[in-house]
Amino acid sequence: MIPAPFAYHRPQSVQEAIGLLAQHGQDARVVAGGHSLIPMMKLRFAKPEQLVDLQDLSELCGIHNEAGTLVIGAMTTQHELIGSEPLAASCPIIRETALVIADPQVRYCGTLGGNLANGDPGNDMPAVMLVLGATYRVQGPQGQRDIPVRDFYRGVYSTALRDGEILTSIRIPIPASGHGWAYEKQKRKIGDYATAAAAVILTMASGTCASAAIALTNLADTPLLAQHAGEALVGTGIDEAAIDEAARRAQRITSPAADGHGPVEFRVHVAGVMVRRAIARAKQRAG
Amino acid sequence: MAKMHLKLTINNRNVEILAEPRLLLIHLLREELGITGPHIGCDTSHCGACTVDMNGKSVKSCTVFAVQASGAEIMTVEGLAGADGSLHPLQEAFREHHGLQCGFCTPGMITRAYRLLQENPNPSEAEIRQGISGNLCRCTGYLTIVRAIRAAAEQISNAREAVE
Amino acid sequence: MTTETQSIEERTQKLEGLGTRRKRVEDVRFTQGKGNYIDDFKLPGLLFGDFVRSPYSHARVKSFDKKAALALPGVKAVLTAEDLKPLKLHWMPTLAGDVQAVLADEKVLFQGQEVAFVIAEDRYVAADAVDLVEVEYEDLPALVDPNQSMTEGAPILREDLQGKTSGAHGPRKHHNHIFTWEVGDAAGTARAISDAAVVATERIVYQRVHPCPLETCGCVASMDKVNGHLTVWGTFQAPHAVRTVASLISGIPEHKIRIVSPDIGGGFGNKVGVYPGYICSIVASIVLGVPVKWVEDRMENLQATAFARDYHMSGEIAATPEGRITALRVHVLADHGAFDACADPTKYPAGFFSICTGSYDIPVAHVTVEGVYTNKAPGGVAYRCSFRVTEASYFIERMVDVLARKLGMDPAEVRRRNLIRKEQFPYQSALGWEYDSGDYLTALDKALATVNYAALRDEQRRNREAFTRGETRKLMGIGVSFFTEIVGAGPIKNCDILGLGMFDSCEIRVHPTGSVIARLGTISQGQGHATTFAQILASELGIPTEKITVEEGDTDTAPYGLGTYGSRSTPVAGAATAMAGRKIRAKAQMIAAHLLEVHDDDLEWDVDRFRVKGVPDLSKTMTELAFAAYNNVPPGMEPGLEAVSYYDPPNMTYPFGAYVCVVDVDVDNGVTEIRRFYALDDCGTRINPMIIEGQVHGGLTEALAIAMGQEMAYDESGNLTNASLLDFFLPTAVETPSWETDFTTTPSPHHPIGAKGVGESPNVGGVSAFSNAVNDAFAHLGLTHTQMPHDHWRVWKAAQSLGLTAG
Repeated sequence: MIPAPFAYHRPQSVQEAIGLLAQHGQDARVVAGGHSLIPMMKLRFAKPEQLVDLQDLSELCGIHNEAGTLVIGAMTTQHELIGSEPLAASCPIIRETALVIADPQVRYCGTLGGNLANGDPGNDMPAVMLVLGATYRVQGPQGQRDIPVRDFYRGVYSTALRDGEILTSIRIPIPASGHGWAYEKQKRKIGDYATAAAAVILTMASGTCASAAIALTNLADTPLLAQHAGEALVGTGIDEAAIDEAARRAQRITSPAADGHGPVEFRVHVAGVMVRRAIARAKQRAG
Repeated sequence: MAKMHLKLTINNRNVEILAEPRLLLIHLLREELGITGPHIGCDTSHCGACTVDMNGKSVKSCTVFAVQASGAEIMTVEGLAGADGSLHPLQEAFREHHGLQCGFCTPGMITRAYRLLQENPNPSEAEIRQGISGNLCRCTGYLTIVRAIRAAAEQISNAREAVE
Repeated sequence: MTTETQSIEERTQKLEGLGTRRKRVEDVRFTQGKGNYIDDFKLPGLLFGDFVRSPYSHARVKSFDKKAALALPGVKAVLTAEDLKPLKLHWMPTLAGDVQAVLADEKVLFQGQEVAFVIAEDRYVAADAVDLVEVEYEDLPALVDPNQSMTEGAPILREDLQGKTSGAHGPRKHHNHIFTWEVGDAAGTARAISDAAVVATERIVYQRVHPCPLETCGCVASMDKVNGHLTVWGTFQAPHAVRTVASLISGIPEHKIRIVSPDIGGGFGNKVGVYPGYICSIVASIVLGVPVKWVEDRMENLQATAFARDYHMSGEIAATPEGRITALRVHVLADHGAFDACADPTKYPAGFFSICTGSYDIPVAHVTVEGVYTNKAPGGVAYRCSFRVTEASYFIERMVDVLARKLGMDPAEVRRRNLIRKEQFPYQSALGWEYDSGDYLTALDKALATVNYAALRDEQRRNREAFTRGETRKLMGIGVSFFTEIVGAGPIKNCDILGLGMFDSCEIRVHPTGSVIARLGTISQGQGHATTFAQILASELGIPTEKITVEEGDTDTAPYGLGTYGSRSTPVAGAATAMAGRKIRAKAQMIAAHLLEVHDDDLEWDVDRFRVKGVPDLSKTMTELAFAAYNNVPPGMEPGLEAVSYYDPPNMTYPFGAYVCVVDVDVDNGVTEIRRFYALDDCGTRINPMIIEGQVHGGLTEALAIAMGQEMAYDESGNLTNASLLDFFLPTAVETPSWETDFTTTPSPHHPIGAKGVGESPNVGGVSAFSNAVNDAFAHLGLTHTQMPHDHWRVWKAAQSLGLTAG
């Protein structure tokens, strides 16, 4: 319940934050919304000696449009994502997902960046970024670089972030108008991580699927982009057979842990159910 | 670690205090300032008994360091009543509708309900249940809490109309 | 309008007595954050205690190194069993006649067991010091499955009991055996079963769960060395019992100990027993001469404090082809963890499990319960269980449904054919209980009519057909539960806790200006006693509740009582309250007769005053009589107006109820939606309907948690894998449905106001209703029983086993 001691820093600029991380190296961790890191610190699973609080970095907040690309600051909270009408209009899967993350209090503090950069396979947003084909902009001592989301997740708490880098914004190609979308998550209660969850983005053209992306949450050490599963839909009318095939292909790439949600067999099964339901809803929503 | 100097406003009172960085906001409130309304019910940020209103947001004060709250405006349940001691409609409604039994979840629940009604002055039953889903109760079974919040919402809106 | 001209109705209303929906007095402070819970306490010089706990479920403790911890600035002491030995406090007696280690004595027996107690200036330093205490363990094989406890070659857990072939409850046949308890007619039951036309058999497990009140356990111990006086404030559901036990084990005389239960944030039986934290805090305070506070974490609470249930029940129910039950037999394997710390009345190591014939007229029955040790936390009786009544009721309600399946009969109809009839009360059960009163058929009829049971079954038929045709993937289930529970422990002749008879008490003093202070031997943890017991008194004394203060919990002022658990407060202390109130009214009557210059018998009681029979204008109100008690009493009578009653109940009370639960089960993902829950409760006289409804809502929500997702998930090494709220299932407002409550009123004939108590009924009846509903969803496909909790994966497994799941 009580964290180990640490020194606290509240930088006023991204440069200052990066400077602090460079200075303290492995001893330092950044804190964004704090609702992943601070519980870990209270259990003493994480014991950073230097805590770098990003809350004053206003340049990391906000949602705006940059010529067909949605740019969301990493420090944007789940609450702000939910409340953004422009975002709901152009990329509604984000609001749908944010609403099934944690609870109202956690959503006031939890940030998009925190949900993405941690490498926690239980986080929901990574799968959504996978189907949106997002790019993460990071900044570090060597300057700025862009990492495609598909290259970002390596293992449990292991990402492509190098020492001293922080995620500053998430850049999402705005999905085509009339696209279909859904995030389907099964959980035991509000606040729970997913037994299994699936994100789907697809487009239809004259009754035929023109593109489809499917990704999975909490079914392996990283979020999973089920590329082969998405391909099962393209060129079809998204009938029962196509949906079944997509679900089967998605299930095949999962390797969930047995835990309180249930045995492996069950979680793989629910993965299939989530994929089916997400596809069905996405199809229904496609204009 | 060396203590840091903090300034914050709690229930409209300015507070200046020294705190070590790892001091949790809930402990600042309860141990240093004697504000014992918010309670501790778990270790993993699930129960919501520690909920306060910070800078216009419902926040679990067990998951924030006091130093992070430097410069913040915080309200706890103790700050809900009027300066003349008159109770907030939520406080009255919780009593009217039996929205509490042991009282342990109540400060966090009422503080959360306060912000919920700011977000959504006319919530449906389903919206109320979603709205308080970050606050656990073991005694009431939630139905009377939902009724209390609904009643407070109506009372607040009637009072607003009366003024207008 | 003067009081003289107010009608009976108006004057009764003004009292806000029995039957009114009086708003709670407690709410005034709780809604303003002005409650006084144990962790709110601060005293000058207060130190903070925290435990080093075992990560292993079974290990030898080889050595300690306290140096680094003691060197940390702010650390005052680190206690281990060695430090408690000279005081003989390294072990303490449990409520079940066993002993429990206060601090691990050479061995640890469950994960989370207390190994060392650190005392420091504040909780942050204490937490750091806990990390610095080095303990060397030697891992031992863990015993986690109670079915393996008594096998040959099972690990030896209790080396302290080696060679002891008998325990508090009789002979021990194995080193992991605690007791065997038996009741009923073994031969008669065996005969009836073998003769029976129909016998249904089932294995029913009531999984280990935990009451998990929102406030964890804690205390502040303060030894005043100058005066030799010990005060302990804490989360105690039985403060007087704690005082007596503290005196017996510490040697401090009882009159020099004060135990205070302040506001308690939920008890549910988790706060009945004495925990190592209390003992260590007391010792620390005595040794260091300052107050010491101990408040546990949520994880500590889940790992180490009183769990509930863990009953593995094998049952047989025999019946005629028409569905009349002729016999019941059950064998229970009871997993008590590492120490038998069950909070049961002494003579009942399996509590009141023998209520397992339930609401049914069963002529013969036989019960055997075997308690065993495992490497898990001690406890067993808790969580709104009324001493194992939850287990008993779940057992019989499932068996009746299992029987119904076997007979191909509707579960409500089987119940109807077997419910005890009104004319049979007081009813002698085959297992020795005398049920006080009941009108079961009226309750069943009302419940079934209100939910339109026939229509629900019709709907279910159509749903099953639609499912078969592939039109839906959801199966509808209807669960019926008709429970009788036994509460209000209890008559001293058979109910005692550590030799203390389970009476309870109320002491009343009426002040000259007509207001009242009443103190009881019970202690509310949310049940609203300060509100409801005042209502009892208002009706007895004719004084409005707003002029009555009710206090509990301070052993210096409250009369001796056995505390609040097992729904005993209303049946026992409520009775004492009424009896003490009647003593006061009897004295007031004599004063009135004196003032009015008539004979006592010439007076009649009228709501709030005595009137001369036939001369209604001649009256004295209770307020007038209160003042008179202090200056004008009849010759020979003592002045003042006070009374005390220590009430030894003649019997337990038997609340009952009829619950119906409707669910829709999604067979593809195991998700069960609770569509409707209707609860009809009969708790006899209803003191405050608003509070009764609240108790029912709360108990049903705990039942929902137990039935639909809660368990204590130990792995094969005895690690508790879900010791936090991340995984331990507590439903939020979203998972919790809306509750419909209803009632009938069948007063208890032996209780002064006819009240029976209600707090635990919803957990007793609720779990069965939920579980029966889920089982019912699959019953037509041949499923006889699927084990709780009915969480998503288990429900899906049940569906899968019936061949229902695709893919």
